[in-house]
Amino acid sequence: MSKMKTSGHRRTAGTIAVLCAAAVVVAACSSSTNNASTSPTVRALPNNTQGVTSNSITIGATAPLTGPAAPGYSEISPASNAYFKYVNAHGGVFGRQINFTVYDDGYDPSKTATLTRQLVLQNNIFADFGPLGTPTVLQVKDFLKTEGVPALFVESGCNCWNDPALPYTFGWQPPYTVEGKILGQYVTQHLSGQKVGYLYQDDEFGQDGVKGLDQQITGSNVVGRQTYTATPQALAAGLGSQMSALKAAGAQVVVMYTIPAATVLAMLAAATIGFHPQWVISSVGADTPTLTGLLAAFSHGAAGATLLNGVISNAYLPLLTDSSNPWVVGFKKILAQYDPGAPWDGNTETGLAEAYTFVEALQAAGRNLTRSALVQAIEQHGKTFASPGLVPFTFSSSNHFGMQGSEIVQKEDGGLTNNVVSPRLVSTLTGPISTESSPVSTPPANFGS
Amino acid sequence: MDVATVPGVDPHGAPRGPGTSRPGLVPPSWGWVWKLRLPRQPMLRHLVLALGGGAVLFGVTSVISSYDDYQVAQIGFTAVAIAGLSLLTGANGQISLGQGAFIMVGAYGAGLMLVHTTLPVFLALFVGVVVSAAAGVLIGLPASRLRGPYLAGMTLALAIGLPALPLKFSKTFAGEQGLSINPLQPPGTVDPQRWLAWYVLAAVLIALVLLGNLMRSRYGRAFRAVRDDEVAAALSGISVARTQVLAFAVSAGAAGLAGGLRGLATGGVVPDAFSVALSISLLAGMVLGGTGSLLGAWWGAAILVYAPQWATSVASSLHLRPGQGSNLALLFYGVVLVVVVLLVPQGVQGGLRQLAASTGRRLRGDGAVRSEGVSTVKPTLREGEELP
Repeated sequence: MSKMKTSGHRRTAGTIAVLCAAAVVVAACSSSTNNASTSPTVRALPNNTQGVTSNSITIGATAPLTGPAAPGYSEISPASNAYFKYVNAHGGVFGRQINFTVYDDGYDPSKTATLTRQLVLQNNIFADFGPLGTPTVLQVKDFLKTEGVPALFVESGCNCWNDPALPYTFGWQPPYTVEGKILGQYVTQHLSGQKVGYLYQDDEFGQDGVKGLDQQITGSNVVGRQTYTATPQALAAGLGSQMSALKAAGAQVVVMYTIPAATVLAMLAAATIGFHPQWVISSVGADTPTLTGLLAAFSHGAAGATLLNGVISNAYLPLLTDSSNPWVVGFKKILAQYDPGAPWDGNTETGLAEAYTFVEALQAAGRNLTRSALVQAIEQHGKTFASPGLVPFTFSSSNHFGMQGSEIVQKEDGGLTNNVVSPRLVSTLTGPISTESSPVSTPPANFGS
Repeated sequence: MDVATVPGVDPHGAPRGPGTSRPGLVPPSWGWVWKLRLPRQPMLRHLVLALGGGAVLFGVTSVISSYDDYQVAQIGFTAVAIAGLSLLTGANGQISLGQGAFIMVGAYGAGLMLVHTTLPVFLALFVGVVVSAAAGVLIGLPASRLRGPYLAGMTLALAIGLPALPLKFSKTFAGEQGLSINPLQPPGTVDPQRWLAWYVLAAVLIALVLLGNLMRSRYGRAFRAVRDDEVAAALSGISVARTQVLAFAVSAGAAGLAGGLRGLATGGVVPDAFSVALSISLLAGMVLGGTGSLLGAWWGAAILVYAPQWATSVASSLHLRPGQGSNLALLFYGVVLVVVVLLVPQGVQGGLRQLAASTGRRLRGDGAVRSEGVSTVKPTLREGEELP
């Protein structure tokens, strides 16, 4: 027994010695980490051609395919993919097929962080195309920058995408602040003297929008500012208290910076308490097909699309029902062929239009595709890209916003008719609002077939 | 000495098969493996385990891909959060659905330090641990008066309520957008993800050694005494409430470290990242890995990190729509949880331990009575004191 113990101790000692030797390395590493992270620097643009081969381009995105932001938004990336399939079927871009991988982050920024690393480090994507959300993409902006990955056409109107510190990041849709200014001007001009209440999402999205509204609407006319958070718990609780507060404050106009689910919750809550203000809803939460579906679902069929009558909103893409618009005709054909079963609504239209812009950028970047060539192409030629957008792109080397304007529409007939009630208006974050006169571009002949 | 270490009694031993009990049949090439013993002295024992594990992980992380390194870092900080929970639940018998909230406290504590001060990273992490442990004391005080479902309910409320705080005080906590944290700057040409993995692993191993020592100290014994019988513990002079508060604080501190490391890894701290689902998944990870076992925390963490990815790849190979793939991950979780609880209720670590014990007995050829006269197999609920 004693012999055994002794030999056991000797072995133990040997084991310790070996392990200690190995661990010295680990210890050395951990001690030198102390001064590690105080001065972050950007590495030189690495892997300029990662994800590009002679016959393929690999791109990826994160998007909420499940969770509170999924209704509606989950349709965008599949629609983009339908457009890429259409391009691939027609020979790709300079002979390269586009492979688009989408991961579901459920609108959870920590998942975005993991999945974006998976896209960049494991799937070796060339670019992060159309990642959705403000808090989500903000979480990975620095990582993408460090890795030199272009974040093209972030699905968000946050003012944060036009940032000199993020040289490979571009927005696409109008910034919420610009939308807010245009909606605010309409309220001031056409609903003058009425008491206004705000309902907005308590984050970058809602706050940026309110910045624009406040530039145009006199502060004394705003009688209530209600907010909500876009968490499943908060939305499950409904927006009844917010609507009651706005009703009690005497609001006659309610301007909403809301995601579609919150738009519907607010309208249903208001209807329940007999509150019928003039609704003014930013384009983000005003897509008719999405709202109609949610209205029926949330009210278990009790409320219908008639609630949408009279709603004022802004639009920067062609009306879904405009069958004379060659873009609409072409996109509907592409969607029906390459993602059969997908609904034709504002989300799929956005996905298709955004993918169109990406292909335009790839073509402008030329045959020798690199990340810097792509970024340069958008900065130099972005303004002249063909686009279904109602206002032109404003890309330049000092401006990474895409469109900066929209027109105002009023829904009738349960939202099936959208009457245009303003000219096409453009602006910047702080500048004046002006009327856009340049014609909307037209697609190539036989687009979509 | 433990109740279960009565000579010759092996409460969980598998019945010996015929022919395996005859001594002297040990194959010489294998026998020495089973005679290797870890040092008995807890500090030494845990250091050996941590250094050995660290050396292996160092080797592994040096050769795997950049993304795999990131996942190792994820496993690391998830493991320390689960270890904290495991200590609270396995050793002290308190249940918490609010571990995610303490992760958040630690993440904001360390994150605010990194954003607003020039503290070195490890000090910022330490601040996160301290703040989180202090929050643990605050929560532990009322929690020590609650039992079972009431305690679960209270901690659940914490997990739901706390993420609203950064939105309420958005000036201090940067609201929905959250804090943006600079990534670690690796020396020379070391891959940033690899450097991150090393940093996280070093911090986590240090924390686990400390937790392992705590479990073997008089505090650890007090934890278990309170878990087993509060009245008996009180009669032995242990302050039940104080012990429970201490367990809460230690568990929260571990979660705080996980939070700080997580902020460092993901490059930011946002309230949306600390949902109730996080707390519940940690609880699932604890059960899967083995409640009360610090080594089991690694298994649980690995499952939590890899399960969604496996589910996504299965979904894409089945050509499911992406949304369906996400739901598949939840289904996968559920199935694994049910299977593990049915087949190995002590979790992966408990199952492995049983397997090793029975294999070891078979190879040594002595089942019930060993030369030292005691059995090494203890009831699985007491694993916490056994392993770092």
